[in-house]
Amino acid sequence: MNAFRYAQARDAASAMAALAADPRARYIAGGTNVVDLMKEGVERPSLLVDITQLPLRGIDRTATGVRVGALALMSDVADHPAIARDYPVVAQALLASASPQLRNMATIGGNLMQRTRCAYFRDVSQHCNKRAPGTGCAAISGVNRRHAVVGGSEQCICTHASDLAVALLSVDAIVHVRGRAGERTVPLERFHVLPGSTPQRETVLEHGDLITAVELPASAAARNSYYLKVRDRASYEFALVSVAAALNVAGGRIRAARVALGGVAPTPWRAHAAEAALLGRPATGGTFAAAAEAATRGMKGYGQNDFKIVLVRRAVNRALQHVGAIA
Amino acid sequence: MDVGKVTRRRFLVRAALPTIAAGVGIGSPRLCALAQAAASVSVLPASGPGPMPVTLNVNGRAHELRIEPRVTLLDALRERLALTGTKKGCDQGTCGACTVLVDGRRVNACLTLAVMVQRKAITTIEGLADGDQLHPMQAAFLAHDGFQCGYCTPGQILSAVALLAEKRATDEASVREWMSGNICRCGAYPNIVAAVRSVAGQPS
Ligand SMILES: Cc1cc2nc3c(=O)[nH]c(=O)nc-3n(C[C@H](O)[C@H](O)[C@H](O)COP(=O)(O)OP(=O)(O)OC[C@H]3O[C@@H](n4cnc5c(N)ncnc54)[C@H](O)[C@@H]3O)c2cc1C
Ligand code: FES
Ligand code: FES
Repeated sequence: MNAFRYAQARDAASAMAALAADPRARYIAGGTNVVDLMKEGVERPSLLVDITQLPLRGIDRTATGVRVGALALMSDVADHPAIARDYPVVAQALLASASPQLRNMATIGGNLMQRTRCAYFRDVSQHCNKRAPGTGCAAISGVNRRHAVVGGSEQCICTHASDLAVALLSVDAIVHVRGRAGERTVPLERFHVLPGSTPQRETVLEHGDLITAVELPASAAARNSYYLKVRDRASYEFALVSVAAALNVAGGRIRAARVALGGVAPTPWRAHAAEAALLGRPATGGTFAAAAEAATRGMKGYGQNDFKIVLVRRAVNRALQHVGAIA
Repeated sequence: MDVGKVTRRRFLVRAALPTIAAGVGIGSPRLCALAQAAASVSVLPASGPGPMPVTLNVNGRAHELRIEPRVTLLDALRERLALTGTKKGCDQGTCGACTVLVDGRRVNACLTLAVMVQRKAITTIEGLADGDQLHPMQAAFLAHDGFQCGYCTPGQILSAVALLAEKRATDEASVREWMSGNICRCGAYPNIVAAVRSVAGQPS
């Protein structure tokens, strides 16, 4: 690990000023991603600004839903009764993430900012446009079983590793950010950006921007939601494919639908075509099968990951049957 | 070390400079905005990269160390405090051999910077027994033969102690799921589960 300076922030303003003064400075929250990547030499910050003492840990009900502080721990959010009751997809995604130990360290803000687990990205001896722009993407013609089937580019086909972000996408979460120009909000769907020709850029945040909270609007669909994670082993493993599904069914018809996918794209992926195939239709097996088919539209494998497209169809179908209460 | 404050005066001096500074490329509106943001707040005092004083409270005893900020809790325990019961398996959060309790909660010491857990109560495997009296979880691992080589065992035991405090160990499936952060390369899982369940008061 490279040598670095360390500072503990007591307020957001001084934390942000410390980053503004040094382009190579980074925040550290739970450290489970940034410390790991520093050991690999992938991240080499000059200064770590410890933000864990900032008062951003609360999980509070608001008039319109729940506001989760950026420094709330994954384990505490999963355990919160309002989350388990009103956003089951979020609690389930968190409990299917990492391990009990890691969830006791990792924060919600850090989770959204975590970097890809692509083995080429994590190995500094390999070509990777995200880590070292211009060196090429070793995954496209390499070992790509875990890589993206949609949303990638010729520069990068990594997958985003967060389960939480997929679940949050299905409940229309909003990220609160404090930046140089003050507070702003970003819908989670616009928070992460596709690699295109700049795979080193992963979110809309500017250097020094601080995530302060994530807002979860209450809805009938969010209350009837479900997270399905398919992986190589039953626990303590990243997703091959995951599905966050939220449905509001009234009088047998689908009034609102959200389908989000993990493990398939460089960002958490919203399956708009699947949602369109659900909205206004009867909540039947036929509808769900058609939506599952629609979810795979535009997907393309790179050889070893072709299986993911079939897996998406099956996993979406199963998740919809679960929230549609026909299984 | 950046100790001290960006004073209003220094900011005003800088803000008055753009026309001159533009010639040397530091007068961009962006830099001015940065200076403005910095002007109203004190600059954070930073330590390192060399050794700095770090106090760790391990198993009820305070230890004063001088270590670099990059030293993990795992390395501080093993290399500086000679508490080698906590094991290094992967050093990247993927095995659980380094599990310790921080303020009663289980965490991976390999991804924890020691400087960030000052003023917190750290419990390692060395802190579980009461003199010669083993902790019930240690005794159960012996009674159920919950290991083969023993390398993962300290982490398994700390994790299991936390699991019982979390009140999650309700049946075999929940024990397996909530112990999944601890990998055993010898595959002693059936006996580990039996040990944990026996302390939880469940028949196996
Ligand atoms: C072995 C292992 C298995 C895992 N399995 C899973 C899994 O199955 N599913 C899953 O979703 N995740 C998984 N993870 C990833 C884990 O969830 C993330 O590492 C964690 O959520 C990151 O949070 P943190 O607080 O530790 O972030 P840190 O490591 O402290 O920070 C990560 C990044 O976020 C930035 N950052 C942190 N907080 C803020 C903020 N408030 N504002 C702006 N920037 C910020 C930091 O500067 C840094 O760049 C796993 C990790 C490991 C090591
Ligand atoms: S050594 Fe920490 S998890 Fe493996
Ligand atoms: S007993 Fe050998 S690794 Fe678990």
